[in-house]
Amino acid sequence: MKIKQNIAISDSGFIFNPTTGDSFSTNPIGQEIIKLLHNSKTEDEIRSFILETYQISRDHFEKDYYDFINVLKKYKLLEENEKD
Amino acid sequence: MTKLQYERPVLQLLNSGAMNKYGTRTEYTPYSHIEGVSVHGLTEKYGSPLFVISERQIRQNFKDANRSFKTRYPKVQFAWSYKTNYLNAVCNVFHQEGSWAEVVSGFEYDKALNNGVPGSKIIFNGPDKTEEELRTAVLNNSPIHIDHLDELYSLQEIAEELNLRPKVAIRVNMDTGIYPMWDRFGFNYENGQAWDAINKIMLNDKLDLIGLHCHIGTYMLAPNAYSIAAAKLSDLAINIKYKYKKNIQYIDMGGGFASKNTLKGSYLLGVDTVPTIDQFAEAICTSILNAGFLEEELPLLILETGRALIDDAGFLLGSVISNKRLSDGRRAVIMDFGVNIMFTSFWYDHKITPAQEFSEFTEDMVLYGPLCMNIDVIREHVTLPLLKKGDQVVVHTVGAYNMTQWMQFIALRPAVVMIDLKGVAHVIRKRETIKSIENEEILPDYLKSFSLNGVEKRTA
Amino acid sequence: MKKTDITIAVTGLNAIDSPGPGISVIRALRESSYYNPRIIGLSYDTMEPGIYMHDLVDKTYQIPFPSAGVDNLLHRIREINKKEKLDVIIPNFDAELFNFIKLEQRLSEDLNIKMFLPSLNQFEERQKSNLFAFGKKYKVKVPKNKTLFSLSEIPLIENDFTFPLVVKGKYYDAKIAYSREQIAQHFEKISVRWGLPIIIQEYIFGSEVNVTAIGDGTGRTVGAVPMRKQYITDKGKAWSGISLDDDKLLKITHDIIKATKWKGSLELEFIKTSNEEYYLLEINPRFPAWIYLAVGCGQNHPDALLKMALGRKVKSFSKHETGKMFIRYSYDMIVNLKEFEKISTLGEL
Repeated sequence: MKIKQNIAISDSGFIFNPTTGDSFSTNPIGQEIIKLLHNSKTEDEIRSFILETYQISRDHFEKDYYDFINVLKKYKLLEENEKD
Repeated sequence: MTKLQYERPVLQLLNSGAMNKYGTRTEYTPYSHIEGVSVHGLTEKYGSPLFVISERQIRQNFKDANRSFKTRYPKVQFAWSYKTNYLNAVCNVFHQEGSWAEVVSGFEYDKALNNGVPGSKIIFNGPDKTEEELRTAVLNNSPIHIDHLDELYSLQEIAEELNLRPKVAIRVNMDTGIYPMWDRFGFNYENGQAWDAINKIMLNDKLDLIGLHCHIGTYMLAPNAYSIAAAKLSDLAINIKYKYKKNIQYIDMGGGFASKNTLKGSYLLGVDTVPTIDQFAEAICTSILNAGFLEEELPLLILETGRALIDDAGFLLGSVISNKRLSDGRRAVIMDFGVNIMFTSFWYDHKITPAQEFSEFTEDMVLYGPLCMNIDVIREHVTLPLLKKGDQVVVHTVGAYNMTQWMQFIALRPAVVMIDLKGVAHVIRKRETIKSIENEEILPDYLKSFSLNGVEKRTA
Repeated sequence: MKKTDITIAVTGLNAIDSPGPGISVIRALRESSYYNPRIIGLSYDTMEPGIYMHDLVDKTYQIPFPSAGVDNLLHRIREINKKEKLDVIIPNFDAELFNFIKLEQRLSEDLNIKMFLPSLNQFEERQKSNLFAFGKKYKVKVPKNKTLFSLSEIPLIENDFTFPLVVKGKYYDAKIAYSREQIAQHFEKISVRWGLPIIIQEYIFGSEVNVTAIGDGTGRTVGAVPMRKQYITDKGKAWSGISLDDDKLLKITHDIIKATKWKGSLELEFIKTSNEEYYLLEINPRFPAWIYLAVGCGQNHPDALLKMALGRKVKSFSKHETGKMFIRYSYDMIVNLKEFEKISTLGEL
């Protein structure tokens, strides 16, 4: 899974999708995940990073993660040819 | 190394027309304590959901309202509206403050008697009073507020039968310029029904007409409507004096003052827009004082204020069961309390605050209750921090009508605790058990046995 | 003479096709004879053009929507005030006025921020649904109206009204009806959108004339400029208008301000009939979007309001130029995404 390469994310959590013209805001965790996706990290890598850094159980994070990925998909922020 | 505090990742589309983050009704400040008692501590001890009542707030509300009226009018009496909240502990706080009881059914009447309220201080209202209940009220010397002619005739018969002269008032309905007009209760002022009923009582002479009563509506936002109502009742009282040389002892203005809740569909918050008790008091007192009574003949002013005295003393604590995403992308959060125990969520957008710290990030969401029914919606639209399973919230201003209109549907009703003036919590109604419900059930003997797929029913 | 520095917060930066008054008010304030204002914009939406008009607005902060209530608004104003040391706030939206009026005393006493607003009573009295009573009380002609709560009440109004008549919603929308059936049609359409009641109003033939005015709260009219719209957009907003010489209209305006002791700015909307009768249609308790026309006619009302807010005495304007026109135009600004990002994520720009 990969975030579209032309998507810009700033330190304030502001995201701009130049293909659609939409802008978004996200919280620090969302920012972290998007940056990891941007750097082509795999789901496993992202999960272990978050579990190491934050107080959260694996099950709980997994549920939130898939929900977040679905939101990214809905707003067309992921590479279209990617399969999950 | 200590790990960082986790929060669910969120992504919000920024579009024009959406509320900015300063523009939502979010209360970022967690409401972690009620009267100094920890919300988490309360739910740990008494379970979630849990109703909490602040005794201090009730007494404060009562004192404020009492002062508003007493500084404007010489003779004022409050009567606690049982239907608003008839938990005995709540009623007794009001009785300690000096309130009479105002009841609308035989059940409530018995409750007031059991609380020790003298019969003469129980005002008996409502359209449904059985002959038996009327007889009891007459024997107890309670003021009976007549709702319709059939009741008037019944009372005259009872008076004759018992050879007593019941104390009565009539309920009057009227046009006060507000909509809807509550013309189903009592006798109409404008078309002469009320005056007609007064004449019937006065000429028949078996009943002692001591008061006039009205109750013009509920959650009233217009003090001026009360001013009109008070003027019309005063007008009737003065006509009675003129025609029959009889002084009416009291004018009962009923209840209906709005509380600080926000009605669904209203743009501004209730807490900012609803009139103060002072405004209602000013409207009513000025109207009666200017009506033309001789000073020594001014009637006692009775108020049956319910909602405005108890609503903000009640809180509902609850917990998140789950959060999910709806097919249209909206966030949905399921709480462990629903419309079954928070009936007023049908017409109010109750203020809901988290009970613990959160970051500044929020989400728009719909809040559902736990029932398996589509109507179980607590807030169609609310912006709250990123709630997760187990997080707790405080629903505000739920003291009126919820603890009397709640339903026992598929679950048991929660406990109610009252926090006293010293910050000590007392259970004033226990959490229901299956016993409290099944106690009244009777299973016929022939239904007591069955077997399923050859397996005999289990025995307890 | 060196002008005095002052910091003024202004709302209504939505200079769009149906504009708020903020930008016009700011232009007027920048022409103050006495003050050198630093202008703080207060915005609700991230796309209000004023946020990005840096030659007029020095800095903008997002504030909570009126529906968030008085406490949230006060909280935000405190935050802004810490950074900006506000002297005066000039609110320009109908929907926000209730909250600002509620805050007037606290802002003045706790934060020393001044406003110059009508009282809550003045504000309520002129509400659309109360306007008929307002007319009776202050002896101003107001088209006859009646509120309806159900379709079944339609036959009852026919004794009091002749066709055509106007069917109006509680907040917005007005349609003309020529028959009982049309009333019913409009009733249903409008009530679905704006709820009940529906207001039935007498239809007055004539042309619409407006006045922007300002009262000092004692009954004195500080200034008043009448205007007729010359060109109207499809949203019913003035695209151009012209200042009038109309003594009768000014007299009515002075009388209303005198009788109500109006405090602050207001816009009066009238219909003038062919026999020179004026019917009051609406009172807006704030500056109109076309307030800069008054400045162009020699009456700088925002400047006068600013002085009164700060407790200074102002003389009444004695005259205005007639035959001055305003013509509105739209203009495409080029805005960097960085700016949108700032106002969106930080709530200030």
